[in-house]
Amino acid sequence: MIYEISYTALIFFFIFVGLVVGLSFYFGRKTSSSSSYYAAGGQIHWGVNGIAFAGDYLSAASFLGICGMIAISGFDGFLYAIGFLGGWIVALFLIAEPFKRLGKYTFTDALNAKFNSRAITLSASVSTLIVSIFYLIPQMVGAGDLVMPLLGMPHWAGVLLVGAIVIVIVASAGMASTTYVQFLKGGLLIVLSVVLTFFILKNGLTLTPDFKGSSSHYTFMELTPQVENDKVIAVSDWDVVVQQNVGNKTFVKLSQNGVERWFDWTQDQSGPLLRETLTVTQQVDGQALYNGEPKENRRFYQVGHMSKIVVNGEEVPQTGPVGPFEFLSTLQESEIVRFMQVKFADGTDQVSLYYQEPTTGEAFMLPGLKYKIGRDANLWSKLDFISLMLALFLGTAALPHILIRYYTVKTPRDARKSTILAIAAIGGFYILTLFMGLGAAVNGVLDVESSNMAAPLLARAFGAVLFSIISAVAFATVLGTVAGLIVASSGAIAHDFIDVYLKKNLSDHRKVQVGKIAAFAVGIFAILLGMAFKGINVSFLVGWAFAIAASANLPAILFLLFWKKTSETGIAASIIVGIVSSLLIILTSPTMWDKYGLDPTNAVHQLENPALISFPLAVLTVYLVSLRYPKRNNVASIENNTAQ
Amino acid sequence: MHVNNSSTEKESLTKRKSALGIRLFFIYLICYAGFVLIGVFQYELLAVQVLGGLNLALAYGIGLIVFAVILGVVYNYYCTKYEDEVEAEQTNEEGGAV
Repeated sequence: MIYEISYTALIFFFIFVGLVVGLSFYFGRKTSSSSSYYAAGGQIHWGVNGIAFAGDYLSAASFLGICGMIAISGFDGFLYAIGFLGGWIVALFLIAEPFKRLGKYTFTDALNAKFNSRAITLSASVSTLIVSIFYLIPQMVGAGDLVMPLLGMPHWAGVLLVGAIVIVIVASAGMASTTYVQFLKGGLLIVLSVVLTFFILKNGLTLTPDFKGSSSHYTFMELTPQVENDKVIAVSDWDVVVQQNVGNKTFVKLSQNGVERWFDWTQDQSGPLLRETLTVTQQVDGQALYNGEPKENRRFYQVGHMSKIVVNGEEVPQTGPVGPFEFLSTLQESEIVRFMQVKFADGTDQVSLYYQEPTTGEAFMLPGLKYKIGRDANLWSKLDFISLMLALFLGTAALPHILIRYYTVKTPRDARKSTILAIAAIGGFYILTLFMGLGAAVNGVLDVESSNMAAPLLARAFGAVLFSIISAVAFATVLGTVAGLIVASSGAIAHDFIDVYLKKNLSDHRKVQVGKIAAFAVGIFAILLGMAFKGINVSFLVGWAFAIAASANLPAILFLLFWKKTSETGIAASIIVGIVSSLLIILTSPTMWDKYGLDPTNAVHQLENPALISFPLAVLTVYLVSLRYPKRNNVASIENNTAQ
Repeated sequence: MHVNNSSTEKESLTKRKSALGIRLFFIYLICYAGFVLIGVFQYELLAVQVLGGLNLALAYGIGLIVFAVILGVVYNYYCTKYEDEVEAEQTNEEGGAV
């Protein structure tokens, strides 16, 4: 995608970042003891906390990832919304209050409340660290994507920028700032989504989304070729250069006025047809051509449009303003053009080609375009779908940076109210993602190179101001989430590992200091990973973080809360088995095989999501090990002491 | 070190709330699993038009989100009721002292 710097966005961006950093310094002055650094002293109002919960949760994966995946793959993106929200049910009904009653700061402390076991401390802090890092990667990747159109910067610069700002926030203030920042950002994100959805519905559906002339909708060329013996031999006004087969598709390179363009050879009712494609050609000299021309010529277009709009059985060019139900049901009847990617070599050039794939609204509004469970399904793809839904459902309650907020309100009653407010806010937002994602799919705003920018780019079509505010909020979203995660992981290192496990008995002042050093180290590590994982799908990566969290943490928590015979050895073993098995499955998955430069179809297994295997394995471990190595007899007395 | 520990809560109250939570969790689990199982075993069913011209996939998906919020409100209502009952009992036991 070719982006221009937007100065309006730039101004709003700096105002917002200034606000965030200013807030964190303001609250930072109040931070004195370690308890206020980690959990804001338990003094935050439940309403603020509830929206902050939502702010925590609506990370880059939700706003950028889900909207983007819906825009590209239709209903399959919405699966993430359903699963992410379902997870709150586990958090609220099974975990929230018992955890609050244990009255501990960190995940490790809560797990260890009854046992005071060094094995639990170690394994739980390792799990917090690994889950946080897996959750950090997509946030950093999303940050990089976001700054490209916002500031006209390369991907790595965005990652570096987010990392640097977060390190400053966390090292200067800690949790107090992040709660208020998350509150502000969560609230704004929901308000802006409502505004954007309102614009989408008011605008309705149209075959030519040019926004009343304010943006130029590009109509892709269609040419009629002369064909002989499966070869395109001539096209009027164009010279035929070469023809290339990729899979079951045939692409034809034509040239006109010295510019070469690729076309997709398809069939129409009236005969053979050449449809224009989008290409990025990487030449050996390092130069990249966009649709056969240099970047400056701006021949690489935003995509996503409807090829047919059907209302009450009749084709219409546009609908005018529609209601929410009408919007969805009309899309279901109509036809949407998606862009699919293929890569091939053309002589010494490497070509990334995006061709038009007309998709019926019916297929677009059903699961199956990404996660094959209907047509073209096989056993692996079905297991993968179940595994994904399992991880999303069970992962939420086990995320360390979500749990940490349970401790920032005063009573279990308040914690409960916070959580319900969060569910309502997040649920409302997720329903809006459906409209924003579909709106992006049909309004000609998509960037074929990165789906993550669907929602912000849609906002840009409705005006520079909306775009700038939404981009700034999305950036703050990443900022806040990254800050929360870094606090959680620095807590795991400084508090759980160094203070408790190594028994260093640090002074309060020293503890805060060590926490800040740990935050700095994790921040640097996150920056490096964010750069390394550029180009991987954001929501997909978050799915992995959920799977690891669900496998490592949830069996331990659930058994601790609901089975009296659970022993400390069982908990520690379950955490280790959960981490190791989910990591092993991820590292041997087809996606990672592809990353290693190997053929994904030859991977050890074809499961992209590990939870279906690693979660039951961890459950089995905590059960069997607890039976084999029961609780020590003196636990009862510790239990009484820690309850006070 | 412990923040606002409220472990003084009556055990009977804790048990009631936890039993309610588990019951509601299983209700939701069945609904959620239903969606996944239809997807895997009866995929064609998802295309059937149900509510307001929407197919089952959309109606079920949006329904799951709305249902989660409703269950949350129900849970909060009953938990608060249980807590108020216990508080009222305690106040009576203490001879009406507020």
